Amino acid sequence: MAHKIEMPKLSDTMEEGVIVKWNVQEGDRVEAGDIIAEVETDKATMEVEAFDPGTVLKIVAKEGDAVPLGGIIVVIGEEGENIDGLLGDGADSGGAGGASTGSGGSGNAVDVTGPGVGGGGTDVAGGGTGVAGGAEEFDPILGDLQGGAGAQASTRGTAASAAGATNGVSGATGVGGAAMGGGGNGVAATAGALATAAASGARVKASPLARSMARERGIDLATVRGSGPDGRIVKADIESARAGAPAPQVAQPVQRATEDIRVSQMRKVIAKRLSESKFTNPHFYETVDIDMEHATSTRAQLNEISDVKISFNDMIVKACATALRKHPYVNSSWLGDTIRMHGDVHIAVAVAVPDGLMTPVIRHADQKPLSQLSKETRELAGLARDKRLQPDQMEGSTFTISNLGMFGIEEFTAIINPPNAAILAVGAIRDVPVVKNGQVVPGKRMKVTLSSDHRIVDGAKAAEFLSTLRNLLQNPLLMFLSEGV
Amino acid sequence: MATLQFREAILAGIDEEMARDERVFIMGEEVAEYNGAYKVTEGLLEKYGFKRVIDTPISELGFAGIGVGAAMNGLRPIVEFMTFNFAVLAADQIINHASKARYMLGGQLSCPVVFRGPNASAGQLGATHSVAYDSMYAHFPGLTVIYPSEPDDAKGLIKSAIRSEDPVLFMESEQMYGMKGEVSDAEDYIIPIGKAKVKRQGDDVTVVATGKMVHVVKQAAVELAKNGVEVELIDPMTIKPLDMETILTSVKKTNRCVVVDEAHPFGGVAAEVGFLIQREAFDYLDAPVQRVTLPDVNAPFSKKLFDLWFPDAKQVVEAVNAVTYRG
Amino acid sequence: MATKHKDIIFAPVGIDPTKNGKATGAASGKQSPLEKSVDLPAPTAANHKEAGLSKAQLHTMYEQIYLQRRFEERAMQMYQKGKFGGFLHLYIGQEAVSTGTVHALNDDDDIITAYRDHGWGLVRGVTPNEGMAELFGKATGCSKGKGGSMHFASVENHFWGGYGIVGGHIPIGGGIAFANKYQQNGRVTTCFFGDGAVDQGALHETLNICQLWKLPCIFVVENNGYSMGTAARRHTVNEIHERAKGYGMKSAIINGMDLFSVYKEMKAIADDVRKTSEPWFVEIRTYRYRGHSMSDPQKYRTKEELAEYQKIDPLEKLRGYLLENKLMTEKAVKDLEAKIDQQVLDAIDFAEESPFPENEALFEDMYAGEPYFHDKGNFES
Repeated sequence: MAHKIEMPKLSDTMEEGVIVKWNVQEGDRVEAGDIIAEVETDKATMEVEAFDPGTVLKIVAKEGDAVPLGGIIVVIGEEGENIDGLLGDGADSGGAGGASTGSGGSGNAVDVTGPGVGGGGTDVAGGGTGVAGGAEEFDPILGDLQGGAGAQASTRGTAASAAGATNGVSGATGVGGAAMGGGGNGVAATAGALATAAASGARVKASPLARSMARERGIDLATVRGSGPDGRIVKADIESARAGAPAPQVAQPVQRATEDIRVSQMRKVIAKRLSESKFTNPHFYETVDIDMEHATSTRAQLNEISDVKISFNDMIVKACATALRKHPYVNSSWLGDTIRMHGDVHIAVAVAVPDGLMTPVIRHADQKPLSQLSKETRELAGLARDKRLQPDQMEGSTFTISNLGMFGIEEFTAIINPPNAAILAVGAIRDVPVVKNGQVVPGKRMKVTLSSDHRIVDGAKAAEFLSTLRNLLQNPLLMFLSEGV
Repeated sequence: MATLQFREAILAGIDEEMARDERVFIMGEEVAEYNGAYKVTEGLLEKYGFKRVIDTPISELGFAGIGVGAAMNGLRPIVEFMTFNFAVLAADQIINHASKARYMLGGQLSCPVVFRGPNASAGQLGATHSVAYDSMYAHFPGLTVIYPSEPDDAKGLIKSAIRSEDPVLFMESEQMYGMKGEVSDAEDYIIPIGKAKVKRQGDDVTVVATGKMVHVVKQAAVELAKNGVEVELIDPMTIKPLDMETILTSVKKTNRCVVVDEAHPFGGVAAEVGFLIQREAFDYLDAPVQRVTLPDVNAPFSKKLFDLWFPDAKQVVEAVNAVTYRG
Repeated sequence: MATKHKDIIFAPVGIDPTKNGKATGAASGKQSPLEKSVDLPAPTAANHKEAGLSKAQLHTMYEQIYLQRRFEERAMQMYQKGKFGGFLHLYIGQEAVSTGTVHALNDDDDIITAYRDHGWGLVRGVTPNEGMAELFGKATGCSKGKGGSMHFASVENHFWGGYGIVGGHIPIGGGIAFANKYQQNGRVTTCFFGDGAVDQGALHETLNICQLWKLPCIFVVENNGYSMGTAARRHTVNEIHERAKGYGMKSAIINGMDLFSVYKEMKAIADDVRKTSEPWFVEIRTYRYRGHSMSDPQKYRTKEELAEYQKIDPLEKLRGYLLENKLMTEKAVKDLEAKIDQQVLDAIDFAEESPFPENEALFEDMYAGEPYFHDKGNFES
């Protein structure tokens, strides 16, 4: 008896997951406990395990597809079993796809499982071009595909399939009555890998009213996030969206394709958390210019004896951890009725990753020697870049440091990383002329800006913290003294 | 303004028309000596005598047909059915004859008859006494179907129905007969057939309902208003001719619509109104039109099952929440 | 314990000489000289004067009978030529009923009948032209081409039309009578229907109400022996006219193949109704020569049976009577027939040449008052 495997809940806040990778192909035998896929949740990339043995009959969600919790991702059963019934009624398996036909170049294989497995489930294997038959509006993505060669189709396929999957998963009828694999000048693709390039359902869902409003206001629906069922863009979404700036009147500019990129889970989380923070926490900012001359020389000396390379950032983490112990208000969280003064100092460090930002946490940073801080930071940053951070490695911070010094940013303000009370934005160490003993001499300065939540931290308190921090960095030995190491 | 019960308002309208026009008479089961099964015809016998207030045998097909023939031959019959559930026995007369005779004879005759009586459910009366027939009759060309919800509307519309040159089905409700309301005491108070009334103004959602359902929606509207959702309640009052213009004007304003219909879902008023909205106001819709109807199941007797079966304010609230993308 | 019957047969079967409801031939073990679906009562012995008919009236009657016959024969021909479609139920053989009745009634007495209605129309205000054009579906038809064969009518001449639902118009006949009584206009209503309609509940409800309310209506069963293809004895029990007893209603049984009988007895009945405002239930036994409709293979009866009734054909009989009694010369008869033959041919020309209804007519004649067509916009472009 075939069974559906649905998108599992892999984190407490997960609402949907994106299939990052399938470890199995249709036809493969799986045993209970096999890891069949990797899924990107709002927090991390997690493994999906098979709980029953069987043969992979149908991979419903393709790599890159976002599937809501409970949505079918794969069907496993006995070889040759008919699963039309299982998928056919599928409000959750994809829209009705009508017929799929394939024609043209070699290697074009058409996999039609049956009516009802349309939308994201209609496979046209091979790098064929795809058109949505009978569609009233051509989706720009499909339009691109139509004009593009097979090679392009393979690169754009992800976007198309992702959009298609959104429809498919939600059970909408695909736009296209028939998905046709034509062309054939494309790359002979591995069956399944590029399978969804010609997805029939790549369309933006919007209420008719929202569509006409968007038309009037010149809003590209693809840029609007829908708040209705299955992401339907409704009137309220258009009202809160801003119209695109009127195009300047210039002589026929070069046309370049606009590309709409699906918002990743990470980006959604970033967007949500930081918007909430910025709009609900009353931020205020204080900047100090720190003389880094001693820090620079101390670091050079340390690196001569240390087996791990100590960075300025490590020193800043250390200094912050030390200062936070002295200024517990800055190491706290606003809980509405109470303010939680954290006993521990766990410092999150913002790490830029290719498609976003992660904040791994260095726990008990105040109790760790510089060498260990350095080692841990490096490890965590590496995991973050590989998207292999485990949820617990990103949770529980009490303070955050964002350092853009390596990019030459002189100073900036950061948005508080909830539920922290403050974040430190660290600028570059600049070579500046300073006046010392009446003489203009070369000096090293670094500006740091503390963003504080005014509900907890008042201006003077923030200033006191910054003063301590500056003192520690200007006299690095104090850090070692206070630690007693 | 006078405060009248729903039944008194209908009676007042019939009485006025009988006084005005000798050709008007009323017949049906228990309308005369019994004074009406639901007392709608109370006192008419005394006033107009046995010629014009006529008790019939329990022969719906027979007396409905006599009404049709009498209407063709110059009279203005009011045929009372004890309930429209019994009128099914007379459906041949209403559907095959009253609605068609004029057309199939090339306009040689007319059939100004009023069939009236309570429609739809009246509580725990079981499967055969609980059906709403308004949309069924509205299906047929040539029939006017009126289903008022309040005494004032009932009075103004029964007078229009009696004066109509064509067959009219005038639907009432056992459960509304005792309902009181202000009724215009304007002389010869007439409400034109085919005009909807906006029973409540609101900007957030259009809710269309007739008959008893109007009162269910009113309850729901009070609840919804507490949460800041303002319902615009449209009572078409006549199912046919259906005043789509008023409905569409409202939907174009609110962008959302729920149709509440005390009938089964298939092919009912809700389906028709929903279809027309999608076609005529497609670009104004911010959500698919929702409907609240009976399930596709016969009326149960048991109170518990009955309550489950019957559309209530909670379902209306839920449907409104769905079209306004709330909760 | 119930008796066990070896062969369970619900409807009486086969072609059998019979009186209604009573098998008299093979089934009863007796040999009958002829298989007949209806037994005719003896015709009146009265001559035309005794029956109260003038010579002029006889001429008119002959003209009417001949017209009905000729009209329908041509109609059948046109139908078979494909000039029009739909149903075509022929009245041929039954013309004495319509002809005798209209002469028995006042011109403002009301007539309503079922779908075998051409004869009734032709004797009550529908001209051959209007009738033929109606069959052809032309705008010039009596019902503007909207009714066709089944819905001939001339309401201004108190012919309320033919109706297509078996038994459906019976209560309407009662209603027309009701209105006449209500308005005290002295008119008598005659409501005709076939023997098949006797089995409909509508008849029983109406008879009960009409007797109860004393409505001035004559309910007439034109028993032509067959309810479509089912012989009377196979579809209904006992003698049809005896139904009246159940309602305490006056009743009669009339030989419908005999014009004078129909005239004389219907006149007496109409007079009684006019005087007493009491309804009657009358069975007129007659015979239909043609099938139920044009698609009827007539397997349910024998050619011999048909021939037996044709021997007493009301048209032939009247012609014979006129010639025999020197009420018309042979030439006059021939001239009259030729005139009517031409009239019917002209009617065909008229129908052929008449326009079909304009498209606008689709939406006309629905309402006497303000017209309303739901979603009409969907049908206009």
